[in-house]
Amino acid sequence: MTASILTVDDSASLRLATRIALTGAGYTVAEASDGVEGLAKARGCRFDLIITDLNMPNMDGLTMIRQIRQLPIQTGTPIIFLSTESDDGLKQQAKAAGATGWLVKPFQPEQLLRITQKVLAR
Amino acid sequence: MSEQDPAAAFRIEAADLLDGIEQALLDLAIQLDDRDLVDTVFRGLHTLKGSGAMFGFDALAAFTHHCETAFDRVRKGQAQASAELVHVILSAMDHMRALVDGDAPEAASDAILARLHAALPADGAPAARSPDISDAAPGQRAPEIAGWRLAFRLPPDAMANGTNPLALLDELRGLGACRVRALASDLPALDGLNPQHCLIRWEVELDGAIPREAIEDVFIFVMDDMEMQLEPVTPSVPDTVNAPSSLPPPAVSEPVTHKVETAARAVPRAGESVRVPAERLDVLMDRVGELVIVQSRLSQLANSPFSVTAGNAIVLRSIAEEIERLVSEMRDTMMVLRMVPIATLFGRFRRLIHDLARETGKDIELVTDGEATEVDKTVAEQLADPIVHLIRNACDHGLETAAERVAAGKPPAGRVTLTAAHAGGEVLITITDDGRGIDRDRVRAKAEANGLVQPGQALSDPDLLHMIFHPGFSTAAQVTSLSGRGVGMDVVKRTIEGLRGTIDIASVAGAGSTFTLRIPLTLAIIEGLLVRVGTGRYVIPLTAVEECLELTAHDDDRSRGRSMIRLRDALVPFLRLRDLFGSTSAPDDHQKIVVIATGGERVGLVVDQIIGSHQTVIKSMSAVHRPVTSFSGATILGDGSVALILDIMHLVALGQHREARLRAVG
Repeated sequence: MTASILTVDDSASLRLATRIALTGAGYTVAEASDGVEGLAKARGCRFDLIITDLNMPNMDGLTMIRQIRQLPIQTGTPIIFLSTESDDGLKQQAKAAGATGWLVKPFQPEQLLRITQKVLAR
Repeated sequence: MSEQDPAAAFRIEAADLLDGIEQALLDLAIQLDDRDLVDTVFRGLHTLKGSGAMFGFDALAAFTHHCETAFDRVRKGQAQASAELVHVILSAMDHMRALVDGDAPEAASDAILARLHAALPADGAPAARSPDISDAAPGQRAPEIAGWRLAFRLPPDAMANGTNPLALLDELRGLGACRVRALASDLPALDGLNPQHCLIRWEVELDGAIPREAIEDVFIFVMDDMEMQLEPVTPSVPDTVNAPSSLPPPAVSEPVTHKVETAARAVPRAGESVRVPAERLDVLMDRVGELVIVQSRLSQLANSPFSVTAGNAIVLRSIAEEIERLVSEMRDTMMVLRMVPIATLFGRFRRLIHDLARETGKDIELVTDGEATEVDKTVAEQLADPIVHLIRNACDHGLETAAERVAAGKPPAGRVTLTAAHAGGEVLITITDDGRGIDRDRVRAKAEANGLVQPGQALSDPDLLHMIFHPGFSTAAQVTSLSGRGVGMDVVKRTIEGLRGTIDIASVAGAGSTFTLRIPLTLAIIEGLLVRVGTGRYVIPLTAVEECLELTAHDDDRSRGRSMIRLRDALVPFLRLRDLFGSTSAPDDHQKIVVIATGGERVGLVVDQIIGSHQTVIKSMSAVHRPVTSFSGATILGDGSVALILDIMHLVALGQHREARLRAVG
């Protein structure tokens, strides 16, 4: 069974790049364009991994991560957030919110796949 | 454009980002100390840089980095936002747009950066460095070691937060031969156990000359919060004096990105997609669903073994009605899908006014109203240039300098007002300035000098004002860099008419001018009046039709050679379309006249028969037929035949011209 991954990002180009990399490696990918949509999808079914941006309209990534951690259906689901080199404080906040790990933007597809393999439970 | 190309998607996004930053900058120019705006600009630049680097727009990322750094300093209170800074960043916006499109001039970047540094003196630290070039030393050779002994305990909430200890152990095993021992002494009794709490400790012996970083990398996400002892195991016969690695812990970040070369790509313009609210698509989807159902009813009927019966005919008619309803609803929905708020257009003009104010040294404020008014996307795009020209004219010729304004008892700041509103099937756009108004004497003098009017010839006020739409007409005593850009008012008028729109002027000396554009809502479908001339059928746009009347034999005879009819005390010239189109069939006994009007001029068109109103889907003429005058396009009728759409502007001009010639002769 292929792992299913939810990507949450308001940038369509980033979602597209992520989807291409992940589907190319055989993963099943669902997408959401902000925290509200991401949370709704996370409520709907269990994912093996959630990759999310932090800075998004409607509901930011931190709030979404906190809320997803309250969902029994996503117990223990790894959540990777995307960050930029300059926000170290944000990194701490995201971890406190319940994020599993991070990926620094800009990133290359290989880095994304490495992180994905790293956190995906087999 | 490939849907699968993230770079193309980025270009569209970048255009939106840049627009957003620009609007914030323009707001910031008014309120220099607004921290929210500074943040907005900073975040926009930050995202642009980050995504740009992702998709190989390295030049953009590097350039944007400088601007971002500047705003970061403003954000942190290390520097002040100034009008000059905002202005420089606005010019930088243009350069970034060019970088996104891949056609930026090489030299521009340095010039802008030089101005940026002048506007925001550096504070010792070099303000700008190329981003994401890591200084990390290249893989330092690990001292010779035989393996590692590590003991660790994950943070208690690690599992709840998605870390899988087994995956970490697997990753360690991937590094080399591994012996793992789990220490469960901290686990409480079963009834006190929280299955999500990670309380097990592990001891691992790892064989091989593995760099310390590789091990730390395994724990990168939990490193800060976990307990870990990591000791190297030296070979049993040490032959070097190398101390155990005492490298500082590696930066907790992913390694340097690989630079993707920026290939010369075909650059699709960012504006070629339309953003559509989801509910509008839902409506369309519903209609399509219904259409599919009706279609299956139709198929069922077509395949029924019985010949056409009265019952079948009724069913068939109801299906036809259903399809008619659905198609008309789908057409309406489709047209709405193409609509964009005119705010997308108006947004650009704020920047224009900002630039014009600097160029002319005048104080100019822009007031807009009706930004939510929606117009067809194509119309919006084509309106941009004419409106830019009208605004330039207003700022350059219309508005006076502050001194002149004060002398005339006006507020020193000139005002340009831009409004949009729906009126029936049209969009009404006005561009108003409160400047000096159009100088009629000068227009007259110029028109006479150009031979457009004879000296002493009587000319109504609207006619006089419309003189400025003649090619090559310019009243500016001196052509400035603003208005002298090769586009004249004649081009403005032609563009508007190309959109089947009209342009009107009102101007009061000393108080300003208003240009009013009326543009049909959509270009694709019009209400038409279907008529027959000889054996051919033609469509007259219904908006142009004033009235239809019969050409009585009496009028016909009387008007032979003159081609004028009397219409409520006014003489209206008319054109015999049979003659114009060289029709050879016998004319109908009762010829009809369709009176059409545009821009205040009226002309009658004599046709054989008026068939009725017709929803006309406009198809453009092929390249071969484009030079044909009198027709603006074609459409396909219900029976599959083609009907040509009459070009109202041309026919009215032709009728008026003939009348003028007849008058001159007679």
